[in-house]
Amino acid sequence: MARYVARRAAQGLFVLWAAFTIAFFVLYLLPSDPAALAAGSGGEVASVDPALLDDLRARYGLDRPVLVQYADALGGAVRLDFGPSYQSGAPAGSLVAQALPQTLLLTGVALALAVLGGTALAVASVLPRSRWLRQVLSALPPVGVALPTFFIGLVLLQWLSFRAGLLPAIGNAGWQSLVLPAVTLAIPPGAQLAQVLSRSLRGTLGEPYVETARAKGAGRLRVQLGHALRNAAIPAFTMLGVLVGGLLGGAVVTETVFSRVGLGRLTVQSVNTQDVPVVLAVVALSALVFVVTTLVVDLLYPLLDPRIERAPTRKAVAA
Amino acid sequence: MTATTTRTPDGIEIADREDARSILRHGRARGAGSAGPWAARAGRYLLRRPGLVVAGLVLLLVAAWAAAPAVFASGDPITGVPADRLLPPSAEHLFGTDHLGRDVWTRVVHGASLSLRTTALAVVVGLVVGSALGLLAGFLRGWVDDVVGRAVDVLLAVPSILLSLAIITALGTGPTKIAVAVGVGAVATFARVMRAEVLRTSTSVYVEAARASGARWWSVLGRHVLPNSAGPVLALVALEFGGAVLAVSALSFLGYGTPPPTPEWGSLISGGRDYLATAWWLTTLPGLVIVAVVLSANRVARALETTGEDQ
Amino acid sequence: MTQVQEDRAPARVDADATPVLEVEGLEVGYRTRDGQVYRAVRGVDLRVRPGEVVALVGESGSGKSTTAHAALHLLARGGSVTGGRIRLGGRDVSDLTEREWQAVRGREVGLVPQDPTVSLNPVQRVGDQVAEVLVIHGLARRREARRRAVTLLEQAGVPDPAARARQYPHQLSGGLRQRVLIAVAIAAGPRLVVADEPTSALDVTVQRRILDHLETLVRDRGTALLLITHDLGVAADRADRIVVLEHGVVVEEGTADEVLGAPRHPYTRQLIAAAPSLADGRLVASGPTATATGAPAAPAAEVAPVLELVDVRKEFPRPRGAAGARSLVAVDGVSLRVDRGTTYALVGESGSGKSTTARLALHLEQPTAGRVRFRGEDVTGARGETLRRLRRGFQVVYQSPYASLDPRFTVAEVIAEPLRAYGVGTRVERAERVRELLADVALPADAARRSPRELSGGQRQRVAIARALALRPDLVVLDEPVSALDVSVQAQILDLLVRLQAEHGLTYLFISHDLAVVRRVADHVGVLHDGRLVEQGTAEAILLDPREDYTRELVAAIPGRRPRPRTAPAAAR
Repeated sequence: MARYVARRAAQGLFVLWAAFTIAFFVLYLLPSDPAALAAGSGGEVASVDPALLDDLRARYGLDRPVLVQYADALGGAVRLDFGPSYQSGAPAGSLVAQALPQTLLLTGVALALAVLGGTALAVASVLPRSRWLRQVLSALPPVGVALPTFFIGLVLLQWLSFRAGLLPAIGNAGWQSLVLPAVTLAIPPGAQLAQVLSRSLRGTLGEPYVETARAKGAGRLRVQLGHALRNAAIPAFTMLGVLVGGLLGGAVVTETVFSRVGLGRLTVQSVNTQDVPVVLAVVALSALVFVVTTLVVDLLYPLLDPRIERAPTRKAVAA
Repeated sequence: MTATTTRTPDGIEIADREDARSILRHGRARGAGSAGPWAARAGRYLLRRPGLVVAGLVLLLVAAWAAAPAVFASGDPITGVPADRLLPPSAEHLFGTDHLGRDVWTRVVHGASLSLRTTALAVVVGLVVGSALGLLAGFLRGWVDDVVGRAVDVLLAVPSILLSLAIITALGTGPTKIAVAVGVGAVATFARVMRAEVLRTSTSVYVEAARASGARWWSVLGRHVLPNSAGPVLALVALEFGGAVLAVSALSFLGYGTPPPTPEWGSLISGGRDYLATAWWLTTLPGLVIVAVVLSANRVARALETTGEDQ
Repeated sequence: MTQVQEDRAPARVDADATPVLEVEGLEVGYRTRDGQVYRAVRGVDLRVRPGEVVALVGESGSGKSTTAHAALHLLARGGSVTGGRIRLGGRDVSDLTEREWQAVRGREVGLVPQDPTVSLNPVQRVGDQVAEVLVIHGLARRREARRRAVTLLEQAGVPDPAARARQYPHQLSGGLRQRVLIAVAIAAGPRLVVADEPTSALDVTVQRRILDHLETLVRDRGTALLLITHDLGVAADRADRIVVLEHGVVVEEGTADEVLGAPRHPYTRQLIAAAPSLADGRLVASGPTATATGAPAAPAAEVAPVLELVDVRKEFPRPRGAAGARSLVAVDGVSLRVDRGTTYALVGESGSGKSTTARLALHLEQPTAGRVRFRGEDVTGARGETLRRLRRGFQVVYQSPYASLDPRFTVAEVIAEPLRAYGVGTRVERAERVRELLADVALPADAARRSPRELSGGQRQRVAIARALALRPDLVVLDEPVSALDVSVQAQILDLLVRLQAEHGLTYLFISHDLAVVRRVADHVGVLHDGRLVEQGTAEAILLDPREDYTRELVAAIPGRRPRPRTAPAAAR
């Protein structure tokens, strides 16, 4: 077991390193001149005083060979040091660290909502005796996945904040301000989960072992919740990593719509100002979150599925 | 001796165990659907799926908007009538008007072209790069598969919108750059599905049978593997089209697309944010258009998926 | 296990007792996707008396499974009983609600399902799955139920039941899983057990042990057994009475002796005639077609054999991290030779290495050690163009006629594919050859334009055979070519194979698990067990007078060969 964990952790580290490397070369080697970006000219070298450019290149170490820069950046990243922000000069790492708690709170609440809501909806779309009710409920997840996050946010704002005045529209103050953003953020991944789970549940209900359970005289609830749901949950469980990643991505839009302070807002501001070190830090962080989530999922997997005694390989997770 | 098939009095052929199983699972046995000419079959198929028909019509309609916007909205999408500012929806202005007195319907119709072109380009980027990688991985296997597998892992590790934002940071803003950014985000999914499909077909018995009868690998690839892998990939194209509409509109909403006043769906909604409290139609109605397009694309994707399963 | 045969008590059947199951005029329809109703069962009458074993026999689509499932009110989605009455122990259950049925299922009727490998919940311990029946019907509390589950597993013949009860289904073999399912079926002491093809997914030796055990169990407990099977041999061995179904209608019913000894309905006669058995000899091609190029029994010593395997061994690396040795030996030191114009049959149970041996012969796998000789030439390491040139000489027919034909091709494209691959002839010549081959395998010429999907299993297998013959090969490897087919179709395909062999002087390597089928076609037989060739020789010697214990066990396990010490006048109507 310990060897297995070590191997999975090593794989995770590789993914992390590769994500960082790709992000580094995309951000530093593509057309725009980083020094010109740092000078705030939008990448247009011609409009900036050459002396200032040289000065900036020296300050950010951009005058050195690319590989040296890369080695330096990688070394820094290991210590969570991503260099100074082009925009404010503050360390990019600490900018991210400051913004993180609010976003963790938001995505944590949204994750709980998505998992609970998605599971409940999936079960509810299979369970009822009424065919009509099942059809109505199973039409909901496809609608949920088709809704743009910003659209959900705006509609909720419009009706619940501006019209009904129930909840605050913007800001980070108090739990009330968390409700709308969390719901907004939770709807698309929740619907996605509901879709996967209800499809899997329907498939499971056609399995021969479900017929065996019915032949024992088991009632509806025992068959569907006792036998089918646990088996159906297995494929849904593997998408948890993607779900968490989706929530981080969704936070970008949600925090913009609700003007909340957080990682998403920081990302948007940094992209707007082409603040490369901050963007790199955000990308590295999101990869870290994904790697940790999938590692946890992998390690918990055997508890859910006794057939997997040593947790699935990389391909089984990706498939 | 040739007719091993037997016909029941009901006219349903059951030849063997697999048929009996398929009747229990899917209703009619094989050959059943092949009754009548192609058009009649397609007609019956669609008649039983009104939702799919509506979805197809929605997609055709927005495609028509993109091709010939003036036919559907003759007004000017860029300049408005200041006197008509912020009018609610009416017979004259179906979707109301914005703060400059421009007709929102006209802007939505004229925005279709740019939005859909960006989306289509994104899907093409994802499809071409992703399925090429998946094809190589699934067909060659071995170390190629390992390398592609790792690359897909890495692409999946960063949420696609953050990946797109990183690319935009480097490339700058604009519709083409958005399309590339979104397309790169879709590469991993295409590669995965293509690899799985190619692996499934190239390990199937009929491919081994072709190999055993002496066919060369390129002929096996072209005649068996690719045609039989295409179905699920096609379904994925439809699905990713819906996803790309969402991603493109989100990036334009954040302001990385075309600068105003050019109409584009995401930026249209973003522009309505300032009038959220007073003019609901500015955000809600264009938003519903996006939802309708994505829902339709997803519905078509599901139909393609299930036809694939029947085979 | 032999005691079971000797101790076999005559059926203690009381003709006057209330039947445990009485079905009258049963009608079942399946609503199909396009809104039509497919009538799977049409007016079936059936009676099972206490302690009686009744076999319901029929081919695919006969409605035998549907009838059995209707007795438990467990029809597949879209199916419904549209007419007739069902009585269990004299009580009319036709109009019970779903909730009332729940009290009946498991308690009054137990079900042993078809495929044990998928019929147990994969994430639940098997002991708990047995105990669940007791809990559902309020026969025991959870702790008590677990304890009784161990006893039940023991009764079902599970060795070391206390340890097994704590295992998960994937840790048990197919045979053990079926025993667990038997324990589930008998747990609540039902008066009737319905066994739906309980052993068709298992190897013959396992099949026999399971059926022996099931039979003893129900006879000891006085439980009635309704046995659904496609295999007349199984029915003959086990049943007091046999009911034959064809297309949802009962065509014949009577005691086992009556039905098998003096069948009245033509369909029953056809079934009996088609069922292969060791008592039949090898098929020989009849008629004026015997213009054979090579006489079947060529003197072996003079010419080189078409195929010769010398001490071949094949190891597969185990997936990293799997338990046990580094590699798995699938084939271990197998030597055999197949002479021109003869059939060499390789028999064995699942996992014996017979399919791997076939793949080695076909160069789809490379042996880890040993030599492969084709027409006297050592071709062991052949690759690339050399291999492609060789492939013209040996072709293959696979087990599943569904999987081995590309669903997108027409029949003509399938058959012409090898010709295309070797650039044989022009387009017109190839079309001509396809027509010729279709006639050879007795398919109508207009089949050429159709899709394989429109054909039945037997017809598809003919297409696969035509493809294999297209290049006029010397050797055809037949990998379980008839095991996916119903018996009557099976017999036709075997006839065809024998005729083609005589006409074209073909050499066959015939892979099969079914000794009775092998008896019909083989000249030589080799018996594989765990990758080793335990015995080989002429078909007569191996099948009729086996030397090795394992071969004897295999032969003894063939259904339909059980002595019938029957004194069952009471069972007659």
